[in-house]
Amino acid sequence: MAERWQMRVEHPVDGTALVRLSGSWRMEDRLPAVGEVQRQIETGRALRRIVFDTQGVTAWDTGLLAFVSKLREWGSAEGIEPDLTGLPEGIQRLLRLAAAVPPRKTGRSDIRLPWLARVGTTALAAWAGAAEMLTFVGGAFLAVLALLRGKARLRGSDLAVYIQECGASALPIVTLISFLVGLILAFVGAVQLRRFGAQIYVADLVGVAMAREMGPMMTAIIMAGRSGAAFAAQIGSMQANEEVDALTTMGLSPMEFLVLPRMVALTLMMPLLTLYADLLGILGGAFVGITMLGLAPTQYFHETQSFLNLTDFAMGLIKSVVFGVLVALAGCLRGMQCGRSSAAVGVAVTSAVVTGIVCIIFSDAILTVVYNALGF
Amino acid sequence: MPSASNAAPPGGAGPQVPRVAVADLTLAYGSSVIQRDLTFAVRRGEIFIIMGGSGCGKSTLLRGLIGLLPPARGDVLFDGRSFCTADPEERKRMERRFGVLYQKGALFTSMTLAENVALPLQEFTDLAAAQIREVVALKLALVGLAGFEDFYPSELSGGMQKRAGLARAMALDPDILFFDEPSAGLDPISSKLMDDLILELRDSLGATVVAVSHELPSIFAIGDNAVFLDAETGTMIAQGNPRALLAESTDPKVRAFLTRGDAGVPAR
Repeated sequence: MAERWQMRVEHPVDGTALVRLSGSWRMEDRLPAVGEVQRQIETGRALRRIVFDTQGVTAWDTGLLAFVSKLREWGSAEGIEPDLTGLPEGIQRLLRLAAAVPPRKTGRSDIRLPWLARVGTTALAAWAGAAEMLTFVGGAFLAVLALLRGKARLRGSDLAVYIQECGASALPIVTLISFLVGLILAFVGAVQLRRFGAQIYVADLVGVAMAREMGPMMTAIIMAGRSGAAFAAQIGSMQANEEVDALTTMGLSPMEFLVLPRMVALTLMMPLLTLYADLLGILGGAFVGITMLGLAPTQYFHETQSFLNLTDFAMGLIKSVVFGVLVALAGCLRGMQCGRSSAAVGVAVTSAVVTGIVCIIFSDAILTVVYNALGF
Repeated sequence: MPSASNAAPPGGAGPQVPRVAVADLTLAYGSSVIQRDLTFAVRRGEIFIIMGGSGCGKSTLLRGLIGLLPPARGDVLFDGRSFCTADPEERKRMERRFGVLYQKGALFTSMTLAENVALPLQEFTDLAAAQIREVVALKLALVGLAGFEDFYPSELSGGMQKRAGLARAMALDPDILFFDEPSAGLDPISSKLMDDLILELRDSLGATVVAVSHELPSIFAIGDNAVFLDAETGTMIAQGNPRALLAESTDPKVRAFLTRGDAGVPAR
């Protein structure tokens, strides 16, 4: 294929290489590598000078610039200083401009640390992270204490907004998920219980599972994905935008101003949402019991009522309060730790949801064991 | 590029056709008109300033020029060809011929500087990876950021981010460079360096520059031609070389702007 560029290296005088360029030297012209010049320069002769003739060049852009700059780099490594005067005026100016600021030694190194050092660095980072988390939790705790003693200010308007955000606005999704969870539980139970003709116990199974376990847990997971993520995004973007710094310098504590209302709102709303989820889950179970297992509605509800007692609900509600605190803390913590770029906000949100869900499952396991030990 | 700008542009238009022509342009957000009846032309190789006080619609006009805001009326022509009515394919080809430097650089925060500058090269040229690396190093060197290839934008100062944004805007050797407030937010020395850089790049690359600015020193230092937008009347009230406008304009608003209010008219 005929190239749109042409290059010839001549030796008019001993020790001088004349690089004659013509045609189109643009990025899309598949320009030659510098090795091509090296190949054409006759070996065995001492080269002292490289000069250019570019009178035949019809069009050029960064492609030619990159070529010349690379050639110059190679030349200075070989101890030859190319004479640039034969190049187009624009190229000469751009080369001067590129050389105006010397490359900065940025002190970056890609040296991989030895294995032990990497373990150590990771451990230290984990320790620092844990310390930061503890500091934050401690700060939040102190803020709550201050609030209880009436020393902290809680802006009512903010609190109302957050209560709506993580209470009423969450109802549709909580409705859907809890109803379906109740339905699934009933299905799983029905398949087994029908074999013994004990369909009626589906009511007990769904009721106790929803009240003690699935109600609080599913609600908490929904809230981690909904409100925890929202908290991290809100506070994170404020952090990225220096708004948190602005608050601090105004003498307002970010802990009181940003974290406290969110935490209080979520902690207040979680038990309410959980009760609602319990009810919807039981309805979901009843739907399966009535349509699939042929139970009468009254029969189903009577069974549920007689089997469940208030302790079951109380156990679930205690869990939901704990989950609420944890999800709010995880969201706010990740938001406060957010870096100063838009990418960091995304990382903070992801991290808030993951932290929230891990905390939920972990504390759920602990609480279940504790309840068991206490005999509830 | 010089050679490219001397040659006749595609479409057979002669060199007398302005690089950018704005014809009776009206820009509006919904029903609120920001600027109306704008008509001006930017010649090849010229540095054209869009000036005016804060909130007069300078940046809106820029958004209109680069196609981010479809005009309510009128048209923008590049080399005599309509940009606003071009079909999507042609529009893309036109867009590839201009580079835009946004006010805060608009670098992609999840990418290093090298990746930022390399992105258009990877997407729109068939250069090999090694060649892209060379071009990227060169572009960063041109804006004085040699050696910063592996830095993330968040690790740089505002002025450096802006220069890196310029390197990215220049990646594809555009014929037209658009700048939104090139020297805003920079200290006087960095601002002067930015002006010098724009002049040097225009002179050596032969690119046409359209810049939004309200920084007087910068306007007088680099501007060949300018329009003055007025917020009250919602249209342009002066056009010409900024230094000539300073010497000759009789409009009190233009005088107040160009003399920082010393002309006896309350500024802005």
